[in-house]
Amino acid sequence: MSTLEIKDLHVSVATDDGAKEILKGVDLTVRAGETHAIMGPNGSGKSTLAYAVAGHPKYEITSGSVALDGEDVLEMTVDERARAGLFLAMQYPVEVPGVSTANFLRSAATAVRGEAPKLRTWVKEVKEAMSDLDIDPAFAERNVNEGFSGGEKKRHEVLQLALLKPKIAVLDETDSGLDVDALRVVSEGVNRFRASGDVGVLLITHYTRILQHITPDVVHVFAGGRIVESGGPELAHELEKSGYVRFTGAAV
Amino acid sequence: MTEVAGLAPELEGAKKGQGESPIASASERFTSYDVEAFEVPGGREENWRFTPLRRLRGLHDGTAAFDGTATIAVSEAASGVRVETVATDDPRIGQGGVPADRVAAAAWSASKDATVVTLDGAPEPVTITVTGPGEGATAAGHLQLRTAPHAAATVVVEYRGSGALADNVEVVLGDGSRLTLVVTTEWADDAVHVGAQHISVGRDATLRATAVALGGDLVRISPTVNYRGPGGDAELAGLGFADAGQHLEQRLLVDHSVPNCTSNVLYKNALQSAKGATAHTVWIGDVLIRAAAENTQTFELNRNLVLTEHARADSVPNLEIETGEIAGAGHASATGRFDDEQLFYLQSRGIPEDVARRLVVRGFFGEILSRITLPELRERLEAAIEAELAVTGA
Repeated sequence: MSTLEIKDLHVSVATDDGAKEILKGVDLTVRAGETHAIMGPNGSGKSTLAYAVAGHPKYEITSGSVALDGEDVLEMTVDERARAGLFLAMQYPVEVPGVSTANFLRSAATAVRGEAPKLRTWVKEVKEAMSDLDIDPAFAERNVNEGFSGGEKKRHEVLQLALLKPKIAVLDETDSGLDVDALRVVSEGVNRFRASGDVGVLLITHYTRILQHITPDVVHVFAGGRIVESGGPELAHELEKSGYVRFTGAAV
Repeated sequence: MTEVAGLAPELEGAKKGQGESPIASASERFTSYDVEAFEVPGGREENWRFTPLRRLRGLHDGTAAFDGTATIAVSEAASGVRVETVATDDPRIGQGGVPADRVAAAAWSASKDATVVTLDGAPEPVTITVTGPGEGATAAGHLQLRTAPHAAATVVVEYRGSGALADNVEVVLGDGSRLTLVVTTEWADDAVHVGAQHISVGRDATLRATAVALGGDLVRISPTVNYRGPGGDAELAGLGFADAGQHLEQRLLVDHSVPNCTSNVLYKNALQSAKGATAHTVWIGDVLIRAAAENTQTFELNRNLVLTEHARADSVPNLEIETGEIAGAGHASATGRFDDEQLFYLQSRGIPEDVARRLVVRGFFGEILSRITLPELRERLEAAIEAELAVTGA
């Protein structure tokens, strides 16, 4: 049973006018078996939370703590966090020219599992995972994210989720830019991951439509750099009807 | 002569066409065996402007003493391989081509003899090791590789050691022959090497050349390809790994003057600098398709991967076409950066930083290294590249 525990997290980014505080005290605990949705308007700091937890160098943690099963995540390098069981599906996955997707996936699996997967079972595993996500096998030979459409990039992120089997997955706007069919395929991939074992999911989204496919246990409203309200799935319905106005007002 | 901007960068460096008005075409490139026929480059000439002349140890301006000797050693002569040392007035010398810059002409003038390696039939792979004259010394060298008609041979030329070397390498392919050529420059850190390669492709002959530039302080190699008859096919691939303070320069000219020939140029460079010690690569790719060269097929491509800050990659592809009757011609150049976002992405999947960097560089160079069909050599070069990566620990 894994637990990601975020306590009073404050995060700044460097700007031309000096450091700017984006996260202003985030408290959040995600346990294995739970799916949390974080919803909020653009610019509220949702993605900053995701990247700060993953360890992106652009974000400076000024105070607070992040722990995975009691281990201090903030003391870990980016790759150590991933090997400890954290995964971030990015909103804008990065193109890596010269590195084939097949080679990348195998290198990542080798790193996360601590040993190179046996070739025969690995090929089968990748093939099945790709087929589950309607990914053309020819993808394996293409360079990582290079020339991928928006939908292909998101499927590729969920493919990694399936293969790397993290303890806690943070999905940053995985639904953005997807058409109805792609949204369904990607959501099914996330649901398969949820059903695969004792795993936790933190789903960051601007829209409620993905929550029709992936039912959250808890919904948090994010505004002004912190969580301003938490509730059950019904909170998402309220947001769908009334928008974020009530919360953006409260955050100021 | 009219001034033509942006054309034919390979072209100056001689009295003729030097100075304010660049010559208009690679077809007008000045060549001579006589070093005095070339003016001493000042650094602003098109074909010298990327090269730091003060690091050339006087190879370009007549001050190099040529007081040392570069030894040329040929691996045990298999059957079908003949190794000779001949005077440079041997009638075969010069069949590959004529020097087109002052350093090549200086090397030609300073070389009293030349090593000629003739390959006949289908000999076992031959390794030729050229060892520099040692730290502080300068040397000139002359090597000629010849394939007999219909021969099929593999030759590896490895440059090693210290000192400064100016040399000419002639590659004369007999009609219908096939030569696989790998040239590696694995110099010590102090070495300076300015080399001209004069490649003459016979009728229906095939060249598969791969250049691997790793060592040295300054290494500048200028291959020129000529075709003597139709059906010639030349593929020139290369990679360079420039680390802190290194200058690696590749200047290619493929001169299509006869019909129905093919050329394909693919060079990739990676650069890794340290603060205050710039890594610099220069790739010049000139292709000239003369009026007579109908049905030519040519493509040239350069890719550069900048791994760190403080690095500089220059890339100048240039294609001149004097006939409309060609099968195809194209060129492309791109320089990309391995940046923090790519590193973050790979690391966020559990891949440690050093592995991520290796993954990127290995993927980048794979296309070139996979052309080297000698497994031991390929593995050794792969290991050498990984060792370079580890040096700066970047």
